[in-house]
Amino acid sequence: MTTTQTQAAAQLPIENPGEAYKRRKTTRGNFELYSWVFMRASGVVLLVLIFVHLFVNLVAGEGITAIDFGFVAGKWASPFWQVIDLVMLWLAMLHGTNGMRTIVNDYAERDGLRMWLKIALYTAFVVVTVLGTLVIFTFDPCPADAPANLLPSFCTA
Amino acid sequence: MSTLMENTTSSPGPETGAETGGGMGEIPSFDVTLRIRRYSPETHGDEAYWQEFTVTAYGTDRLLDALHKVKWDVDGSLTFRRSCAHGVCGSDAMRINGRNRLACKVLLKDLNPDKPILVEPLKGLPVKKDLVVDMEPFFASYREIMPFLITGGNEPTRERLQSAEQRERFDDTTKCILCAACTSSCPVFWTDGQYFGPAAIVNAHRFIFDSRDDGAAQRLEILNDKEGVWRCRTIFNCSEACPRGIEITKAIKEVKRAMITRAF
Ligand code: HEM
Ligand code: SF4
Ligand code: FES
Repeated sequence: MTTTQTQAAAQLPIENPGEAYKRRKTTRGNFELYSWVFMRASGVVLLVLIFVHLFVNLVAGEGITAIDFGFVAGKWASPFWQVIDLVMLWLAMLHGTNGMRTIVNDYAERDGLRMWLKIALYTAFVVVTVLGTLVIFTFDPCPADAPANLLPSFCTA
Repeated sequence: MSTLMENTTSSPGPETGAETGGGMGEIPSFDVTLRIRRYSPETHGDEAYWQEFTVTAYGTDRLLDALHKVKWDVDGSLTFRRSCAHGVCGSDAMRINGRNRLACKVLLKDLNPDKPILVEPLKGLPVKKDLVVDMEPFFASYREIMPFLITGGNEPTRERLQSAEQRERFDDTTKCILCAACTSSCPVFWTDGQYFGPAAIVNAHRFIFDSRDDGAAQRLEILNDKEGVWRCRTIFNCSEACPRGIEITKAIKEVKRAMITRAF
């Protein structure tokens, strides 16, 4: 019978072998419950919204060739599409941010790293959501002093 | 860094081992190599190391038999837990070829003999020595869900009756032997050890859905925690690992559903 022996990656030594294990603190409450339900509910709604969005923008009518500032402005001239896009923006951002929060909790091992990743995440959420909301309601297809070749034809009229 | 030590111990068994064909009545045997992750701070410093042992095995041998052979005939310092040796006590859960199994339930003939069999301690729990882990974090969560009958009202004068259907409701989760194979197969538990883990939820389920028990609300409250059932990502590692075949992910889902019904 032969035996060989090689070194393996270091094993975390036990700091205090005899010490009783303690959960850090109790964190009871319905937040995670609502968050779990929200992921499912928003997922179902997003499924509809995203595919309607893709179809209307890329397939229906003249399809993908029709997309320019004019096309976007045309859609947002209607309160219907403003509301649809607003709901899609907010649901996608809340859903995506909450999903990333879960991933950070699951993979970041140190509390400090967790905190910084979440600060970055929530900052990105605020920036994108605020800018996106603003754009939906204030979009101008003919911004002043933009190069003429980038603008839809009706701007010069 | 990687010191390679080669030591050959004289073999008490047959020299070649491999498929010793012979006369009538001889039991076929084969050689298996165990690659064991060892940790013995008192003799080998604070770093874990791999050690390989080659032993002769028979078709009916389990991994536990091979470990016994090593411990009894080759290296008595090899340390692991076992008690019943028949899948009842839950002592010898370990990582075998990357999967959590009971060493006493894994037949060597079912593992690929061409490669060394990887044997490691359960992941996510502090290692005390070799394959022995500190089970305290696991049992701490188990204690928290109050794994005992909670009743209200007057003490009945005879036994608390239950119909066969009522018993069936939680039958699956009564089978747990607290081996920790499930909890230590969960990546969420590996992260920081704060998640209650599948075993605690399984054992809460066993009482939550028991018609004789009145503690369901308290137990749901305890598991409705940031570190409770909502950390489950439904990846089924626990169900795959359970040596009792408990449908753990389903049990967790039923506890989640009970909480949602309660909240809305
Ligand atoms: C197409 C429609 C969508 C459906 C049906 C859907 C459904 C879901 C569900 C049910 C979860 C929860 C998984 C769990 O708790 O284990 C989830 C997680 C997640 N979703 Fe979505 N989602 C959709 C669109 C999106 C979009 C547009 C984004 C990005 C903005 C996104 C980003 C995420 C992230 C980052 C997670 C976390 C991953 C995880 O927990 O494993 N999803 N999704
Ligand atoms: S549920 Fe299964 S895997 Fe988990 S501790 Fe109980 S017997 Fe072991
Ligand atoms: S030794 Fe008892 S379960 Fe394996």
